[in-house]
Amino acid sequence: MAGGGPILCLFACAAIRYACAMELKVSDLSCARGGMPVLEGVDFTLSGGEMLLLRGPNGIGKTTLLRTLAGLQPALGGTIIMPPESLAYGAHADGLKAMLTVRENLAFWARVHGVPDMEREVVRALDEFNLNDLADRPARSLSAGQKRRLGLARLLLTGRPIWALDEPTVSLDTESVALFAETVRRHCAAGGMAIMATHIGLGLEARALDLSAFRADPDSCRAGGGSVPADAFFGDEDLA
Amino acid sequence: MSIWEYANPKKFMETTEKVLPWLVGLTAVTILPGLLWGFYLTPEAENFGSSVKIIYIHVPSAFIAINAWLMMLVASLIWLVRRHHVSVLAAKAAAAIGTVMTLIALISGAVWGQPMWGTWWAWDPRLTSFLVLFIFYLGYMALWEAIESPDTAADLTSILCIVGSVFALLSRYAVNFWPQGLHQDASLSVDKAEHVADVYYWPLILCIAGFVLLFVTLVLYRTRTEVRARRLKALEARERMA
Amino acid sequence: MIALLLRDLRLAVRAGGGFGLGLVFFLIVTVLVPFGVGPEGALLAQIAPGILWVAALLACLLSLDRIFALDYEDGTIDLLATSPLPLEGVAAMKGLAHWLTTGLPLTLVAPGLAVLLNMPAGAYSWLLLTLLIGTPALSFIGTFGAALTVGVKRGGLLLSLLVLPLYMPTLLFGAEALRRGAEGADNTVPLLMLAGITLGTIGLLPFVAAQVLRINLR
Repeated sequence: MAGGGPILCLFACAAIRYACAMELKVSDLSCARGGMPVLEGVDFTLSGGEMLLLRGPNGIGKTTLLRTLAGLQPALGGTIIMPPESLAYGAHADGLKAMLTVRENLAFWARVHGVPDMEREVVRALDEFNLNDLADRPARSLSAGQKRRLGLARLLLTGRPIWALDEPTVSLDTESVALFAETVRRHCAAGGMAIMATHIGLGLEARALDLSAFRADPDSCRAGGGSVPADAFFGDEDLA
Repeated sequence: MSIWEYANPKKFMETTEKVLPWLVGLTAVTILPGLLWGFYLTPEAENFGSSVKIIYIHVPSAFIAINAWLMMLVASLIWLVRRHHVSVLAAKAAAAIGTVMTLIALISGAVWGQPMWGTWWAWDPRLTSFLVLFIFYLGYMALWEAIESPDTAADLTSILCIVGSVFALLSRYAVNFWPQGLHQDASLSVDKAEHVADVYYWPLILCIAGFVLLFVTLVLYRTRTEVRARRLKALEARERMA
Repeated sequence: MIALLLRDLRLAVRAGGGFGLGLVFFLIVTVLVPFGVGPEGALLAQIAPGILWVAALLACLLSLDRIFALDYEDGTIDLLATSPLPLEGVAAMKGLAHWLTTGLPLTLVAPGLAVLLNMPAGAYSWLLLTLLIGTPALSFIGTFGAALTVGVKRGGLLLSLLVLPLYMPTLLFGAEALRRGAEGADNTVPLLMLAGITLGTIGLLPFVAAQVLRINLR
């Protein structure tokens, strides 16, 4: 349906943005999970070359925040300012097809993102995550760690500067974690950014943001009319 | 003060609590005399016999069956556009009543059709449309039950209701392609030229009014229940968070 | 978007079973009918249009829940939603891929099965034509239904309940056009209605399906 034109153009712009100063500015952001507010007043700014580690206990809303940033769910309030189409999202589920080979999986995502010179980019991504020997194996025959590496290799093919990653190091061995950390470091050195929800250190110089500070107060749920999208609608009073 | 104030659950609960007893009374004084008048004080039709009296159940229930879906359509649109929870909960509440009314219309029609046409069922356009409507109601309710998150369920069922309405209309038009039709024309029409005889007309009007009131009353009761159930869910979710 | 279509087609071919299953189901339903109603040729010829359309519809229904469910489970839908592709285009491609792997093959084998039901030879072209025009509507309505139930665990049965009433007009016009065509009567109106439904569903339902997917993702 869409021709190559607009996509190519977008990528040309992305490349320029990459180089010049760009930033991700999040202010007073509230997010909800399943209709209940979980985070409120989240504030941070990330500029080119920086990375941010999200911390906090399970269920605090790390995934919710990342999905909100990725635009997969609407924010309850607040603003997210970043250049359009600049964020690449990566989650536990890698979007890999068991019946396709490693190379085919990557080539698909490269085409979806309209990467120019696709062949070379795919080879580069394979190299980066040490997947060359597995390139022609179907993804179903990979181990969990290898699949994870393949999922992370996909990020390189999005050509997007901001990586929002949810537990990227799950099921990776120490060697692969080092490989991944190196990739992220290089990405940021080139002016990219990364926001990661992760429990381990990665040995990277990164700011950490503890989300516990932004836990939404359940009692702040207001009773009121209008179109409040949360369960907050009902308030505290007894409804007879 | 705008009409949307009543879409606030709290306001809705307060208002309906006051209104409902009156509505119940009004329903009773409309539907009971209507049915009694229809059943006992109207003559038997020469070519229909006493079976004609099924009309006092059949026509009002069919009327509600269709209009309940229309009400759900409007309520769904209101939810999608203005995000009023009470609106979509009212649509949910109306679905079950609409289903029962459709079933009553189908069964009373079959009972009537047997002596009239010599068959319980025929694939007549009107009959078929009601069967299709019945299946639409079932699908709508099944989707509500299947989805856990209440807001997601509200959105998806509303969209289903709108898309379903288009296809229901298409089906209604499509069945006219069948060469057969047993069902008599509409029992009531605005210009009053093709009405049932006058002696059946007024008790029928009273019965329809009674069924409408019954429908409104039941929908309000059920909506109240849905509002409470929704609040319970909200409280549970809050409990889990704290 | 072509990449998505090609990937879906490649997956359908490689997954083996899924691709041919609809066809085999079509064959089985058609074969079962004479066992049920008896082998009398005149009767079979008379009901053949309806049987073939109903069987094609059921075979189509069989593979609907695969349209989005697999991509939803492995996170592909999340990633597609954050990719430069518009979700509307994704939904349209999914519908097209489903038609190419289900509706089109069903259409092509239908004349072979019509032989089994003693359909008059003159009706074969009408059979091909009505299925060719009508099956895309089945795929696109199915895509909408699949999007609605994508978040429901084991939603196959629910999907059937939601989609079957939506299939009724398509089925009625398709079978009616075929029946009239087979009898040599004028079938312009049902044929045009069938084409109208198909065009309408292709034009509108991908937008609705995309919105439904967004609701299911959040």
